[in-house]
Amino acid sequence: MTGFVYLTDVVTLQLDVEKCTGCRMCLMVCPHAVFEIENKRASIRNRDFCMECGACSKNCPEGAISVKSGVGCAAGILNGLIRGTEPTCDCDSGGGCC
Amino acid sequence: MEPAFICGHLQTGAGIVPRVFTTWSRQDHLDAIKVRWAAGRMNYRVLPGLYATGAPGRNSHVFVTGNYKLSFDHLRRALNGIDAWMLVIDTRGINVWCAAGKGTFGTTELANRIRLHHLDQLVDHRRLILPQLGATGVAAHEVKKMTGFTVVYGPVKAIDIRDFLEAGEKSCESMRRVTFPMAERLKLIPVDLFYGKYYLLIVPAVFFLLSGFTPSGYSFDLALHSGWKTTVNLFAGYLSGCALTPALLPWIPFRSFSLKGLATGWLVAILLASAGMLGSGVGDLFPWFLILGGVSSFMAMNFTGSSTFTSLSGVQKEMKTALPVQISMVIVGLAGWILTRFVDL
Repeated sequence: MTGFVYLTDVVTLQLDVEKCTGCRMCLMVCPHAVFEIENKRASIRNRDFCMECGACSKNCPEGAISVKSGVGCAAGILNGLIRGTEPTCDCDSGGGCC
Repeated sequence: MEPAFICGHLQTGAGIVPRVFTTWSRQDHLDAIKVRWAAGRMNYRVLPGLYATGAPGRNSHVFVTGNYKLSFDHLRRALNGIDAWMLVIDTRGINVWCAAGKGTFGTTELANRIRLHHLDQLVDHRRLILPQLGATGVAAHEVKKMTGFTVVYGPVKAIDIRDFLEAGEKSCESMRRVTFPMAERLKLIPVDLFYGKYYLLIVPAVFFLLSGFTPSGYSFDLALHSGWKTTVNLFAGYLSGCALTPALLPWIPFRSFSLKGLATGWLVAILLASAGMLGSGVGDLFPWFLILGGVSSFMAMNFTGSSTFTSLSGVQKEMKTALPVQISMVIVGLAGWILTRFVDL
C-alpha cells in the first residue's frame, strides 16, 4: 500500500517453504499482498507490509506460516503494561481503540 | 419489541427466519453517525442468528457477519436485490476485524452457530461466504473438519459483494486489499477525540487557574486574560495528535506515528508561537514546545490502534523509546511552565 508502510524489519512473520503445498490460502486472506506464488509455492514478497494480523498462519492447513499476532495498537499495549498482561484492546469495556 | 429492520418472516427447514430490509432507515443513518462519535458504541448490537434478504431458497448463498449493528447494516445493505441468508454470529457487538483479532469472530463460535441454527437443514449446499478480514479469527480448514461447511473468503468490504458474486465468487486484487484513504481516516477520528475523557476538562481548568500566578502574587485578572490561551494551546496539541496527524498521515514524513505526531505538534506550536499564544520568554516558549510535542506525539501514537497497517511488533518497538520520551517531555514542560509562574526568568 503506497504511502502506508510502517516500521521496517520488525515483523515476526516466518514461512517454511518446505511445508507449503501452494494452496494459495495465504494470498487470499492477506490484506496487504505480503505473499506471492513462486515455483508453485508461497513466498514472502513484501515483508514490511505485514501487520501481523495472523490471518495467513490461522488459515494455512499445513502450518507452514508462523507470526506473533496481536493488536498493533498503542492503547492496547498500554493496557497490557498496566495490567501485566498481553496487549489487549479492551473494546468490551469502552476503550477507545479499534 | 421487534427491531425496525425486520420486515417479515420466512418459514424454513431450520425454523422461522426473520427477513430484513436491505435499505437503511433514517434511524439507521442517524445511529451510524452517533456510534462514530462514540455514543452508545459499545452497545450497538443485533441478536445473533439467521436472517434473510429477499426470498432466499435452499440453494442461496449464506453470508456470515458479526453482531455489531454497523457490520450487520453494511452487509444487509450490500445484499440489496440479492436473495441470501445471513448468519450473524456473536462477536459481543464488535466489528468483524477486531472481533477476529480477539478470537470472538472465530472457528468455535462459527461452528457452534452452524449447528445451533441448523444450517444443514436450511440449505442443500455446504458453502459459507465470510468477510476476508474474518480470516484472522477463523481457520477455514478447521471449520470444514468440524461442520462439513467450506469457508469461502469474500471481499474485504461488503459493498464489493455483488462484483464478487458476478465474478464467480472471486475477489479481484483490489477487493482483497485493505486501504486507508482520507475518508476512512476521518471517520475514525471522532472516537479518539474522547480518549482523554474527563481530563479534557480538568487539565485545562488547572492550567487556567495556575495562569493567574505571578512572582509577585495571584491575579484573577491575569487568569481571565491569559488563561483562555492555555486552554487553546492544550486542545491544539491534543487535536494535532488525534485529528491533524491522522488526517495528513501519509504526507507527514517519518514512519513511526510518534515522530509524525511530534512533527505536527511542533508545527502547531510554531504557528501558536507566531500568533503570540505561547507567551514571549524562553520560560514560556520552551515548556510549551515540550508539552505540545509530547501530547501530540502520544495521541498520534495512539492512532496506531485505528490504523489498518501497523503491526504489534512495530508498535511495541516504537513505544519502547517513544513513551518515556513523551512522558519526560510533558513532565519537564509542565514543571518548567509552573516554575515560570513563580520565578522571574
